[in-house]
Amino acid sequence: MTDTTITAEILAFVKGRFPQAEFSAADDIFSIGYVNSLFAMELVMFIEKAFAITIPNDELRIDNFRTAAAMTDLVTRQRSAVLVG
Amino acid sequence: MTVVGVVGAGVMGVGVAQSLAQHGHEVILVDQDEETLATARALITRNCRMSGLMGGPALDPGAILAQITTAVGVGALAKAAVVIENVTENWEIKRTVHESLDEVCASDTIFIANTSAIPITKIASVGRHPDRVVGVHFMNPVPAKPVVELIPGFHTSPETVERTRELLLSIGKKAVDVKDSAGFVSNRVLMLTVNEAAFLVHEGVATAESVDEVFRGCFGHPMGPLETADLIGVDTILYSVEVLYEHYADSKYRPCPLLKQMTDAGLHGRKTGRGFYAYNS
Repeated sequence: MTDTTITAEILAFVKGRFPQAEFSAADDIFSIGYVNSLFAMELVMFIEKAFAITIPNDELRIDNFRTAAAMTDLVTRQRSAVLVG
Repeated sequence: MTVVGVVGAGVMGVGVAQSLAQHGHEVILVDQDEETLATARALITRNCRMSGLMGGPALDPGAILAQITTAVGVGALAKAAVVIENVTENWEIKRTVHESLDEVCASDTIFIANTSAIPITKIASVGRHPDRVVGVHFMNPVPAKPVVELIPGFHTSPETVERTRELLLSIGKKAVDVKDSAGFVSNRVLMLTVNEAAFLVHEGVATAESVDEVFRGCFGHPMGPLETADLIGVDTILYSVEVLYEHYADSKYRPCPLLKQMTDAGLHGRKTGRGFYAYNS
């Protein structure tokens, strides 16, 4: 799975919940006004399920979930950690 | 440190138990069956993991759960100095639970009814010690909300009120004093707002998204009324509106049929994965 595919899946999930909003991979989804911190929790659950990873507690920081690009980096880091481990 | 019994391991009970444990209290969390308690423990683990993400402190789920004992039935609450009851907003259920608590607990136990609409004086009338029954309306999610409504019933003693205020302060909650009246301040206004918002969707005047966008964009609310309904639970909203309707016998509290249908269909909001919105569970 490439970074582009991961980003596309994450953007599709966000847009599915907020169809009226426009997001790109670099946009801070929490600054646009539709999204609150409860959605961060949904993002964690979606990412863990969709990409079959468990995000370590010390990675559960809002900065890792601000943009689709940041979430893609997080997923990639965890997947490579799993592969190495 | 106080030993606090928490009755009802639903959304509110879990939040109350976590808040107490976070601040060093020993918690005994009880519900009717082991399955509900297992779900509650999983929910507490998840909520602790997410705490930092939601703007709260970073929490170790294992350390929080170590402060919480779970048990089936109120019999486990004999040693609790304070009991916080968070069962479904339904009078028959509340009445039965308070009758049982009155039999099980010690003669100086304080009973806190966490209710969003039922009058405290009515709840206190069930047991033999109405002076030791007081109402606290916690907000959801409990660990994240710093203010509660504190409601003495007709017979509640000043000592009960002050001991309750101290316990609330010890878990970081400021208590706003409110007189006993069905719905208190918050839900006399909030439940009618949510009910009317549901009518707008029911009548096809606006979608849930549009109603919520008006509240966020025009009024600066962090969440719209229907997102709030999904967070609280659509079934809980319905029960609260029904309590207000029954208590005041005033047609302005008539429940929207859409709330009834959603409750019957299991569309209870975030907790069931679907309400006015669909959620990834």
